[in-house]
Amino acid sequence: MIIALVVVLIVSALGLAVGSLIWAALDRPVRLGHLVAGAAVEILLLVQGVIAVIRVIGGTRPASVPTFLAYAAGSLLVLPIAVMWALEERTRWSSVVLAVAAATLAVIVLRMNIVWNTRG
Amino acid sequence: MADEGNDRGPGRALVAVYAVFVLAAGSRAAVQISTKFSDAPTAYVLSALAAVVYVAATIALASRGPRAHRAAVACCSFELFGVLAVGTYSLLDSSAFPDATVWSDYGMGYLFIPLVLPVLGLLYLHRYGNPRTARGRAGA
Repeated sequence: MIIALVVVLIVSALGLAVGSLIWAALDRPVRLGHLVAGAAVEILLLVQGVIAVIRVIGGTRPASVPTFLAYAAGSLLVLPIAVMWALEERTRWSSVVLAVAAATLAVIVLRMNIVWNTRG
Repeated sequence: MADEGNDRGPGRALVAVYAVFVLAAGSRAAVQISTKFSDAPTAYVLSALAAVVYVAATIALASRGPRAHRAAVACCSFELFGVLAVGTYSLLDSSAFPDATVWSDYGMGYLFIPLVLPVLGLLYLHRYGNPRTARGRAGA
């Protein structure tokens, strides 16, 4: 994993979480801007995933490749599932759902980085 | 789209957090049991139990109706009992827990969310989940 990308991902995921929480505090549901921000984070995740897979194929491997790949696959699912779940709700709680997902994503990326840097 | 889908309110956020714990507890248990079960069988069986309870609680909370409500109350109650029992057990006899579960040390490794979550779940079920009184409360 590229450390700069990891930092950008964690900061942007946390930013999305905080922004969504503020939105929830203002009693507003998720709106288009959140979805665009979420999509941007998702694209960064995809870029990172592709780079990581290329590096694994190229021989740079964490101690546990399956664990890393499971994290990478799981990380890609979090936001889409959360957005689907959030959009059925037209209250502030949809913003809370997005905040939970974004905070979870930050933790997952952090864990992925630890797994990546654990060499057997 | 059915009207019921639009007024879960806090329940929707609760289900989202539960889903995260299904992922966390489930994948942890799967990795522990498939790769090193003999290291700490007690801890890993409890990890798997926690994962199963989170799955059941998530499904029950996400569903509607009196049966789902009763099931959710049962799941959250068992979960609270589980985190208290395993938390206490892990502190008293740490040799039985050479490796952690989500419920070890009252869920400290997960920011104590495993301890808070069933309490929030039961409060939510008490306030919003009762089929007789749910109408009109959760809308914003």
